[in-house]
Amino acid sequence: MDQREPVVEMTGITIEFPGVKALDGVDFRLYPGEVHALMGENGAGKSTLIKALTGVYAINGGRIVVDGVERSFNNTSEAQEAGISTVYQEVNLVGNLSVAENVMLGHEPRVGPFINWRAMRAKAREYLDRLHVDVHPGTELSSLSVAVQQLCAIARATVVDAKVLILDEPTSSLQKNEVDELFAVVRELKERGVAILFVSHFLDQVYEISDRMTVLRNGKLVGEYMTAELPRLELVSKMIGRAEDELGSIEERAHRVAAATHDTAPRVQALGLGKEGRIEPFDLSIYPGQIVGLVGLLGSGRTEAARLLYGADRPDHGELRLDGETVRLHTPNAALRHDVAFSSEDRKREGIIGDLTVRENIALAVQTVRGVWRRVPKKEVDEIVERYMKALNIYPNNPNMLMKNLSGGNQQKVLLARWLATAPEVLILDEPTRGIDVGAKAEVQRLVIELADRGMSVLFISSEFEEVLRVSERVRIVRDHVMGDELINGPEVTPEVLIERIARTPADGEGEAA
Amino acid sequence: MSTTTPSPAVDIARRVTQHKLFWPVVALLVLLVAAGVRSPGFLSVTVQDGHLFGQVIDIMRGAATPLLLALGMALVIATGGIDLSVGAVMAISLAVSLEYLDASSSAGEPATAVVAVALGVAVALVLGLFNGFMVTVLGIQPFIATMILMVAGRGIAMLITKGQITTVTAPPFKHIGSGFFLGLPMPVIIAAVAFVVVVLVVRRTALGMLLESIGINREASRLAGVQARNVTWFAYAVSGLLAGLAGLVYGAPTMAADANNIGLMKEMDAIMCVVLGGTSLAGGKFYMGGTVVGALILTTIERVVIIFHIPSQLTPLFKAVVIIAVCIAQSPVLLQKINMSRLRRASRRQAEIANQEVPA
Repeated sequence: MDQREPVVEMTGITIEFPGVKALDGVDFRLYPGEVHALMGENGAGKSTLIKALTGVYAINGGRIVVDGVERSFNNTSEAQEAGISTVYQEVNLVGNLSVAENVMLGHEPRVGPFINWRAMRAKAREYLDRLHVDVHPGTELSSLSVAVQQLCAIARATVVDAKVLILDEPTSSLQKNEVDELFAVVRELKERGVAILFVSHFLDQVYEISDRMTVLRNGKLVGEYMTAELPRLELVSKMIGRAEDELGSIEERAHRVAAATHDTAPRVQALGLGKEGRIEPFDLSIYPGQIVGLVGLLGSGRTEAARLLYGADRPDHGELRLDGETVRLHTPNAALRHDVAFSSEDRKREGIIGDLTVRENIALAVQTVRGVWRRVPKKEVDEIVERYMKALNIYPNNPNMLMKNLSGGNQQKVLLARWLATAPEVLILDEPTRGIDVGAKAEVQRLVIELADRGMSVLFISSEFEEVLRVSERVRIVRDHVMGDELINGPEVTPEVLIERIARTPADGEGEAA
Repeated sequence: MSTTTPSPAVDIARRVTQHKLFWPVVALLVLLVAAGVRSPGFLSVTVQDGHLFGQVIDIMRGAATPLLLALGMALVIATGGIDLSVGAVMAISLAVSLEYLDASSSAGEPATAVVAVALGVAVALVLGLFNGFMVTVLGIQPFIATMILMVAGRGIAMLITKGQITTVTAPPFKHIGSGFFLGLPMPVIIAAVAFVVVVLVVRRTALGMLLESIGINREASRLAGVQARNVTWFAYAVSGLLAGLAGLVYGAPTMAADANNIGLMKEMDAIMCVVLGGTSLAGGKFYMGGTVVGALILTTIERVVIIFHIPSQLTPLFKAVVIIAVCIAQSPVLLQKINMSRLRRASRRQAEIANQEVPA
């Protein structure tokens, strides 16, 4: 493979942001016909390196050679013209346009100055078919699930005859079978000689698809390795820069044993709580110090259930009791005042305030509990911010940075800090570890267990069943808007058991939608 | 791979030129200096009977009305909204005050003037609350919701004055428009007090941060416990109240409630002041100091046009040119382009240095 000329060669790339060196002398090579995984923790510089290559950021030092020619792209469309196509982490499409318009955007077949709509739909169909996406090209994009939207984004990237295809976390919102389909396409593209740069937090996927990997840590190059020659544990320790045995102990953390009895009243008790079209009425109890896991497919109603507990949506059935007393949580503000906190799964839309600083983002919920007129004193905010930035290892350690300039995983940590700062008694976490790296994931899990040990009640929602089983004492399964069976966690409860339960067809239903 | 660290002087210069207020202040200074060169007496201030006089003082007086409107407008814009009704609210509050004075048998008494002012401002506050109700409770888009009052408001003012231009004589009331206090014109004092009060309320409480938070991401703010409805409603109420005050200050010198012309197009002036001050119409971060500079620029332009004998029909064009210039200078796209090309030049220079070193 090394005899061939690399299609992309980046040498000594340095990028500085105010106060941080995001990349420091990083080398990176990408050969035609390979899948190259870019690995590293959140904030290691993966996204920054991609943005340097695609012309989003200007580089402060180093050179970029594409196809033997030194290039410096001013924007993504220049990079695209040079054959570099990108599919981003967050779906970057136009929701209110049709699928065909999105796929063909910028490459519409024309008759004179006019768009040939019929040809455009046919073309789009062709590209979608290659990805085995069965969706009518005339459908409005926003009416589709996130997973299908992501596949449309990939279809769009294949429209340009790309020499280099960058996939930045393309699978984080996909189900297993969709990932398989995507990988089939990736292999096909690879056969055709396309160089594929792949970023993912799922180690399984990285090992399944990649030929070679480059590892970054804190903006510096750790090394380039053949995937087959680098064992998993070694990779992880290179990513987080810690010894292997230390890591093992995190992974080995045993199932949390069910507490024998609860002599107190449940901290949270939902009685027939429900909302038409969202989640059927359900009962749920969480005791002090208990972690209850909620599992189910995307769109099963697990998030909807959580939102009712937090007052983000108003229930039209049932009642909610906190410490035995019936309460009506009309707004999130009321919930926070009752010491209930909720971390949403949709970080970008329902979590971060991008143009405020990290400091303000952390202090926001504490402030709203206190009310508009009683400003939290500066000293108190300083203490909170310092404490949580340290406890959660938020990087870069600069509270005055704008939230939008942080990496996804660090944004997630800031949001956790926001909720923890309110000292909640009930903490609802919806996908708290989505898109964050192994090290941080283990940290979050450990933190949740610690908090529960100190008496906090936690509702833990996640698509990763291993993680749910690692932290929860009980697991509830949500399926087709119905909250079902409660499982007491134990050694016999495995991810396979959960999958089997979720996939079990309800007697009168028509089965699971794919 | 070391990058050259800029010297402290360069660093300070960059910090100054990249400050939000840099270009607005430059524009203001350029206008003032140009006028000063053209008409040497322009910048001089004289004292008569303990009162300050001069073109600069006149500019400050003229800036008071747009500033009062713009202070409220900035809060509304921060939430991602807009208040188009402020001009009409000016007309209504003035009509209410003057009608009250007209009907009163003791229009010359200071106490009557106080009641008249309170009435006008109270009505304006109610109108602001009405705007806020439509935007926050009914969920009507701010542009449409406030346009209702913008259109209907002049009709309401007309009803209050019964289709007449109500004129009254009431020296104490007139004082708020043309009087002096501590040597400065009353409108300047009123605007300054309003500015200080608004800044204190916004920055000493959490209101400012919450307004920005709502403007940046409303749903995330709501989930973080921000009472978005109440906070947004408050912003519209303040905008209405200040518009009422502006109407009184603006109309007091002439004491004529002309429902058709008081505050005409003033909403646009207010929006311009806010935007010139560096606040984005998309909502989020807002700048009160910048808004003051914006109001001063706007008023200075109007004066400069006279000094340069530009035909008055061309005033709007001249205004537009200055505003375009400031907005372009503040444009984030332009700033980014400049930054990028600076970086590229720097990296090229480094590459050259490296190339020279290698052969040796």
